[in-house]
Amino acid sequence: MIKIKNLHANVEGTEILKGINLTVNRGEVHAIMGPNGSGKSTLANVLAGHSAYEVTEGEIIFDGKNIIEMEPDERAREGLFLAFQYPIEIPGVSNSIFLRTALDEIRKHKGEPELTPKEFLSLLKEKAQILGMDTSLINRALNQGFSGGEKKRNEILQLLMLNPKLAILDETDSGLDIDALRIVSEGVNAYKSKDNAVIVVTHYQRLLDYIVPDFVHVLYKGRIVKSGTKDLALELEERGYDWIIKEQPETV
Amino acid sequence: MKNRIDNQKWYVDNFNLFKSSNKNVFSTLSNKAIEKFKTLEFPTKKDEEWKYININPLLKNNFLPSSLSANSSVNLETIEEYTLDNLDVYRFVFVNGIFNSELSTGLDFGKDIIAGSLSNLLNKNDTRLEKLFDIKNKLQKDNNIFNLLNTAFLHDGFLLYLPKGTIIDKPFHVINISTGNNKLLNQPHNLIHLESNSKAEIIFEYVSEKATEHFTNIVTEISVDENANLNVYKIQNESPNAFHIENSNILQKNSSVVKHFSLSFGALITRNNINAELDGENVENNLYGLYLGNKNQQIDNHTFIEHIKPNSNSNELYKGILDDDAKGIFSGKILVQKEAQKTNAFQSNKSVLLSNKAISDSKPQLEIYADDVKCSHGATVGKLDQEALFYIRSRGVPLELARSMLIRAFIDDVVKEISIEQLREKINHTIFQHLKRVEF
Repeated sequence: MIKIKNLHANVEGTEILKGINLTVNRGEVHAIMGPNGSGKSTLANVLAGHSAYEVTEGEIIFDGKNIIEMEPDERAREGLFLAFQYPIEIPGVSNSIFLRTALDEIRKHKGEPELTPKEFLSLLKEKAQILGMDTSLINRALNQGFSGGEKKRNEILQLLMLNPKLAILDETDSGLDIDALRIVSEGVNAYKSKDNAVIVVTHYQRLLDYIVPDFVHVLYKGRIVKSGTKDLALELEERGYDWIIKEQPETV
Repeated sequence: MKNRIDNQKWYVDNFNLFKSSNKNVFSTLSNKAIEKFKTLEFPTKKDEEWKYININPLLKNNFLPSSLSANSSVNLETIEEYTLDNLDVYRFVFVNGIFNSELSTGLDFGKDIIAGSLSNLLNKNDTRLEKLFDIKNKLQKDNNIFNLLNTAFLHDGFLLYLPKGTIIDKPFHVINISTGNNKLLNQPHNLIHLESNSKAEIIFEYVSEKATEHFTNIVTEISVDENANLNVYKIQNESPNAFHIENSNILQKNSSVVKHFSLSFGALITRNNINAELDGENVENNLYGLYLGNKNQQIDNHTFIEHIKPNSNSNELYKGILDDDAKGIFSGKILVQKEAQKTNAFQSNKSVLLSNKAISDSKPQLEIYADDVKCSHGATVGKLDQEALFYIRSRGVPLELARSMLIRAFIDDVVKEISIEQLREKINHTIFQHLKRVEF
């Protein structure tokens, strides 16, 4: 699904990613963990094509295409989705019009016909139900005045509606209480299939109790320094990151 | 300098032609206006009130007052382009500032209501006019040279008088269209008086048939009595080569409510002056503005709000979107008199620059003589939020469409105040058309 090869990226001239190698296949869930400042969110944003990050080296092959030169909207239409850590509030654009516009663009790209308003609404209702979302949220302005939990739920609603090939969840668990965490995870699990893939970026293990990863990677100083199965996440939960950091050779 | 003097002389000479054919109850007023006009000069950038705008391109031209030119008309189809889908209105059409009854509809009102053409009533010698619109006291304080130019050639305009307790069921749609003739000066003089407990909505639309260079110089006098309610939507979408100036005076009495929108899209140079006198308690005055500029358009909005009595609210929100080399100017003054305790006055001007060369100047002024008031003002200038743009694009929405969405979001708090749904749609449409952005 996605092959990341020797990926280096800068923010304002400072190198944050220093050679990431990662392959995620169809049907897999990968967790990217690591201490604060290790480059987890940078990786998520670079994959989505945020212009503040400059890729200096490496390749991102997504579904057979190198997407490094692609604009964020092109990547999205190709089937890549980033659930934001901090979803943006956009007053004046209704949630449903936004979703409708995005879905139309993606369907157009796939050569599928636009949904009729009726089809769109019934799909929206079905997906909102999975997340226990009140329909009033759907008609409100995009994320405006939403609580932290509502915003995260809304990200997952977009995920379910747009049904991408690859979902990258950037700290989707941050700011969620345990009930909200469960509901959001149920949403992600409803999305998951043998044909798509998920990358879960998280600081804590608790999300992985609900979204069970096939592989866990530890990111430290811009590199993946350890990979393992879900047991690695449990070990990190128990022992923290220090023992891994200590295993690392001093970098100059 | 020479241009200016020649230009002024041109209008004085034309006045002599105009005067000979003009014999109505307003002629004394016209004479007074031209005399005052002669003593003044057109403003320059040295005048504080005209500091940020360059009106030289306007003063280089001698425009012929339309009342002295041959009558023109336009097709009904042209007018129907401006009608709002499925919205029932009383339509009044003015061609080059002169009323055209054939293009207008629904003109039959009871005898107590006056709605229509100022010129028609002048010809009928309706004696009510002088009293209803306080003609004698007009111009006493007036030193605005454009206002005087309009009044000197006073000829026609939209007139509305509602007696006590009159509720008008549908909006007045006043379409002012300038025809293909170059260098015409169109000077509508609109008079509106709502007596107590009456209610109306007026859409003033200023448009051009072709991309000609013409000058529209408007005076609008609004007087709203106790407990009356008025919405005014002014849409300016004239030729990109046009010059457009309007001086509006709003006088409000106790518990009256006015909502006024200045929506500016067209014209090379636009100047809107609004003076609102809140001469009553519990008055509510809302001024909304939206201005879109591209190429080398200049749009200048000046507002002056005077709180004279206690317990009144004023609320101003002006938003601009400026692309290319366009310039947006907002100058808003709020004066709170000593007696006007418990005044609430809010003012906000925000603009978004879509290019590196676009300019926004904002000048808020508060002058407060009462000690128990709440007043605030704020001005911001920025670009479209890059993080928001990324967020929208990350869902598959192309750049241009994402920008349109953010522009729509930016102006939403003005647009949503428009209470006529069809008009809201039209404004949204005009915005995208004007900015060459895509609609969604």
